[in-house]
Amino acid sequence: MTDTNPAEIPTRFGHDEGREADRGSERRGRGRKGEQLQVPEAEFRSYYGRPIIKAPVWKNPDVPLYLFLGGLAATSAGLGALGGATDRPTLRRTGRLAAAGGAVGGTVFLVHDLHRPSRFLHMLRVFKPTSPLSVGTWILSPFATFAAATAAAEVVEPSLRRRGAHGLARVVRRAGNASGAASAVIGPALGTYTAVLFSNTAVPTWHEAHRHLPIVFAGSAAAAGGGMGLVGSSVRDNVPAARLAVAGAAVELAAGEVMERQLGLLGDVYRKGRAHTLMRASKACLAAGAVGTLLGRRRRWSAALSGLALMAGSALTRFGVFDAGIASANDPAHIVVPQRERLEQRRSTMDQDVAPPDRTFA
Amino acid sequence: MTNVFDRAGGKVWDAFSGTTPSLSGPLPDPSTDAGWSGDHPKRVGFFTDTSVCIGCKACEVACKEWNLVPDDGTDASDLYRLTGMSYDNTGDLGASSWRHVAFIEDVRPHGTATPAHGGQQTGFLPAGLPAVHGGGNGHTPRDAATAPPDGGTVDLLALLPDSGAHGQQTPDDERDVRWLMSSDVCKHCTHAGCLDVCPTGALFRTEFGTVVVQDDICNGCGYCVPSCPYGVIDVRESDGGAHKCTLCYDRLGEGLEPACAKACPTNSIQFGDLDELQAAADARLAELHGRGVQEARLYGRDPDDGVGGDGAFFLLLDEPEVYGLPPDPIVTTRDLPEMWRNAALTAVGLGAAVVAAFWKGGRR
Repeated sequence: MTDTNPAEIPTRFGHDEGREADRGSERRGRGRKGEQLQVPEAEFRSYYGRPIIKAPVWKNPDVPLYLFLGGLAATSAGLGALGGATDRPTLRRTGRLAAAGGAVGGTVFLVHDLHRPSRFLHMLRVFKPTSPLSVGTWILSPFATFAAATAAAEVVEPSLRRRGAHGLARVVRRAGNASGAASAVIGPALGTYTAVLFSNTAVPTWHEAHRHLPIVFAGSAAAAGGGMGLVGSSVRDNVPAARLAVAGAAVELAAGEVMERQLGLLGDVYRKGRAHTLMRASKACLAAGAVGTLLGRRRRWSAALSGLALMAGSALTRFGVFDAGIASANDPAHIVVPQRERLEQRRSTMDQDVAPPDRTFA
Repeated sequence: MTNVFDRAGGKVWDAFSGTTPSLSGPLPDPSTDAGWSGDHPKRVGFFTDTSVCIGCKACEVACKEWNLVPDDGTDASDLYRLTGMSYDNTGDLGASSWRHVAFIEDVRPHGTATPAHGGQQTGFLPAGLPAVHGGGNGHTPRDAATAPPDGGTVDLLALLPDSGAHGQQTPDDERDVRWLMSSDVCKHCTHAGCLDVCPTGALFRTEFGTVVVQDDICNGCGYCVPSCPYGVIDVRESDGGAHKCTLCYDRLGEGLEPACAKACPTNSIQFGDLDELQAAADARLAELHGRGVQEARLYGRDPDDGVGGDGAFFLLLDEPEVYGLPPDPIVTTRDLPEMWRNAALTAVGLGAAVVAAFWKGGRR
């Protein structure tokens, strides 16, 4: 070797240490045993093993938690609105409160994630379809407004009635129904745009999963919202929540599995380290929650426990996908190997060209 | 008020109407595409010819001095952040490093170099470099090179005595050593991922075709950071804003060249109108190939590449990844219309699933 100090050379799997120091301690706990060699090391060259792209500076747990809360709110709004329309008062109440709580909590996390939080309103000065974060802001803002108004109506109406202000109570109820319907309509967009937020980056594991991530995230949103419905509504009212939760868990499990497989080399980040642990825990929670729901929906306690497991599974998926992205961005192989393959493919298709591509301009 | 960022954001509507593929592909005039009127200045850029880079880091220093870029985290406890890997202790581009000189010390056992990595008979040396032809000791081309070619650029490579600096071989019995140096910088892409994803309009396309962050707008959301296929832009811990090379926007307005190009002692960093730089680069490449430096290649020159060509492009002496550059970068927003389509369809599906969950009551 050279006269460099080998200990200082970033290794294939450990080279994000410098950046961990830069970024604070959020990724410090990344597991390091058993990471290696489940997939044979790909041959590639790099600049001293250093990362090529920059890993997201998004904060952990802010951003994964926002994804989870956004998903929870997205489907809860629908459950709340339809629960109200089909005379399921406990499901309506749970859905409305969860939608508001998720949206407001998510917004807080999103603002906190900014490195200049006092400027969060700058998000609203333009609308850019090329920026999923801009689009997301314009989805989240009205959603959170409507959901919060709906929850306020839900809380205020009974007390108005108790005080005998029946006319006002009726107005409040109607306004709550209307804003609840609006948030229910916007909800699904809130649940899936976050997949575009992640996949529209240069992070290989996220970008290459742009066909799978929306489905994974939609399933995750359904599992979270349905799980919340199971936790908060009575046995009489919880059938729709149970159905949605089980369907969501099934979709999330299946789509997640397909994603990890079809990513090929880029999927290795899901097979090692903390992302692996998180995704495994997520799958266990989702499976347990789904089975628990199917068997135990009719008992209040088992329904609530299953709902909690489903919500935990949904949240763990978000954390796992986030972690996988960080690991992928820090791995130069994820950039070099697929891009080399792409170049080779292109080169072989235009084999007839005598001049090598890099000399086209000579 | 029509300000520049609103205009810069204006292109997206065209993109989504489907006629103009301005999210990717060749684009002759990104400034006009971003909404500047036709009488804006010509697109400018950098051509960094790494074959004459001596790794002096004058560009790094000049950039810091001119742009008042703060310290990038050096402190005594961190041992001045020595990387320990080569003479490069900057490491990479970042919020407080807008120029970064990569330094590659390529050490191999004698004679193991393959032609793919270098010249033919001379192992992995850039075979056309004049000083090498004499067998590592030749003084041959000194006077030949002191006469500048008609372009006016003195080929400093050829001025170097013996096995001095660039692409050189140590006369060591056991190993070959080669040094590669390259001053990296923001590429000012034709299709800039950072600019596309910025949700505040802080990043905008200037009238010179460059990409600049407005610090008073940036709210530190950090979306630009993972969206850059080259890993250029980053958020600075101390002020929370995203920062990168501005191609000295302030100097351009005064008709001055950027600080790094001004400071470069070997003219490795060349600044000018992009079309002229491209012509100069093509000529330089042909010249090097003519001298047998087959491994010379242009990087970021091709307007058909994944980012529509770079405003700052390079002449490299090895594969891009050896310099820490992605071999085939693609602007992430190229796939964005498809992503939005997928997300919208999935959202419809999710809404339908919620409705379906209420199908036929099923209340007990």
